[in-house]
Order: sequence, then structure tokens, then C-alpha cells
Amino acid sequence: MALNASELNAGDTYTERLVEDLKRTQIVMYAGASGDYNPVHTDEVFTTEVAGYPSVFAHGMLTMGLTGKMLTNYVGDGRLTEFGVRFTNQVFPGDTLDATATVVGVEDGIVELNVATVNQKGVQVAMGTAKARVD
Amino acid sequence: MAVEKFKVEASHIMMFARAVGDANRIYHDEDYAEGTEPGSIIAPPTFAQASAQFDPDYSLRPPIDGDGWFGSGGKPSGAKPREGSGGGGGGGGGGLHAEQRFVYHRHIRPGDVLTATNKPGNTWERESRRAGKLTFSESVTEYRDQNGELVITATGVGVRTERPVDQG
Repeated sequence: MALNASELNAGDTYTERLVEDLKRTQIVMYAGASGDYNPVHTDEVFTTEVAGYPSVFAHGMLTMGLTGKMLTNYVGDGRLTEFGVRFTNQVFPGDTLDATATVVGVEDGIVELNVATVNQKGVQVAMGTAKARVD
Repeated sequence: MAVEKFKVEASHIMMFARAVGDANRIYHDEDYAEGTEPGSIIAPPTFAQASAQFDPDYSLRPPIDGDGWFGSGGKPSGAKPREGSGGGGGGGGGGLHAEQRFVYHRHIRPGDVLTATNKPGNTWERESRRAGKLTFSESVTEYRDQNGELVITATGVGVRTERPVDQG
């Protein structure tokens, strides 16, 4: 399952569809599992009337968690050594997300990846880097 | 966030994996997991964030009696988010998550009992066209296991926006 260093080249990419038509219930599930009950993620009244957003929106950490699924599917279970992202745009119910890992290079048994997640409009919602052990 | 005892349980990992839409059997099927390279169930890479469940004073969880919670009931409650909470951003008076980084020294497994210690990092400001003045603050959380070994180093950056982020 793990990647083989000899088969990796800078610029190689791996892409996965993370979610299609993100459901509000998925955001509720993430709130429940993570313990982050910030009402901007599940409480439409608060979010539109008090916080001033058009609707509830996903936790950044849900976007990161979904993106992590792409990464672990690519590099293999238990292989990640680093994973970081910046949240560059909010993710709203109904969004469809795709994530791509791009090989930067391989050194000392570690592959360095650029990571980017975009929505259905092609707008980047998260970008960052990851490292993983390879064979 | 600082947490004295984060007991990692297989059922919690299963629920967390479902919440991030990950059907990988290594997160819920012990028999399958035995045959994988890690050799047991492990947690998905962002699971450490669920330590919030074990912070007795976590500001983004309603108090047991709901008193003072800033989310709405029938109508907006009018309560303000507690200081240090993510809050609503912009008009909500709180903040948003700007960045998160994890360094994995090993991966979390059921049975681990983690402690999390937190120290503040840098703060900085930036002007944004979409949300006015942004105030960033970084914090570094170290997750250690029952043997005192470092498992994950997590760096989070929160941002307070002057106004809600313009979606235009």
C-alpha cells in the first residue's frame, strides 16, 4: 500500500473527490465527533442573524479531515509524518470538494507533498504540505 | 487546548472517521487492522483535535445546563462567546480557524491515554480586503502518551476578523 521512492517523481499528482454536495448532517457529525460545537457550524439562526454569514459553514478541521482521507489513501496507513494546511476559504453546505497531492520530492525515505483542496467553483479552500515515509 | 486525560477509545475513532467521511477499515475493524502495517486500529490524522471533548472548560461546548451559551434557542440568545473561544467571527465577535499543522511522532491508537499541554505562540496582524483587520494567534499543543512520550505536536492558528468574511 505504501509508496515506493523509486516510482515517485516531482510533479506526480494524486487526486480524490472528498465529498459531493456536502450535507449539513455531515457537519453535525463532525461537531459531535470532534467536540467543536461552535454554533457557526450547525446553528443557522445564530450564523445568519448574529455572526453575519450566509449560512452555517464547515469546520476548517472537517475540510482538513476530509483532505487527510485523500492523503492516507495515497501514502498508506500510518505513514504520515507531517500534515499542515491553511484554510483559505470557507466551505458551505452543498460544496463539492476535490483534493490533490503533488510530489515535491523524495529525500531520506520521506516524500514531501503539496496539498490543495478546491471546491466546485475551482476556489481553493485549503492548501498546505504533508510528509510521509515511503519504501 | 490543555487536557489532563484524553482516553483514546476505538468507538470514538470510529465516529470520528465517519465524521470525516473515511470508510477505511483500519479505523473501525480490529481484525482487518491486525493485518495492516500499523497492526492495529489507529486514529485518522486529524483525530487529536477531538481532545476538545476532554477539556472540561472547552469554550465551544455548551455548558451542561446550557446557561450562557451563545448559540440560539428559539431565537438568538444574545450571549457572547467566552474569551478565547472561536466564536462566530466578524459580527459574532469571535474567530475562525486559519491554519493547522500536525507533526506525527507516531500515530494514536485505542488504549492510549494522552495529555495535552498548550503554549501560546506568535501573534500578528494583517489587513484583509474581505474581512478588515485580521488578528492571528498561534498555539502549540504537545500530545504525550501514558509513558510521557511525545506523540503529536499540533500547531493551530486562529484568526479574529474585524467583520464577517465577504463571500462575494
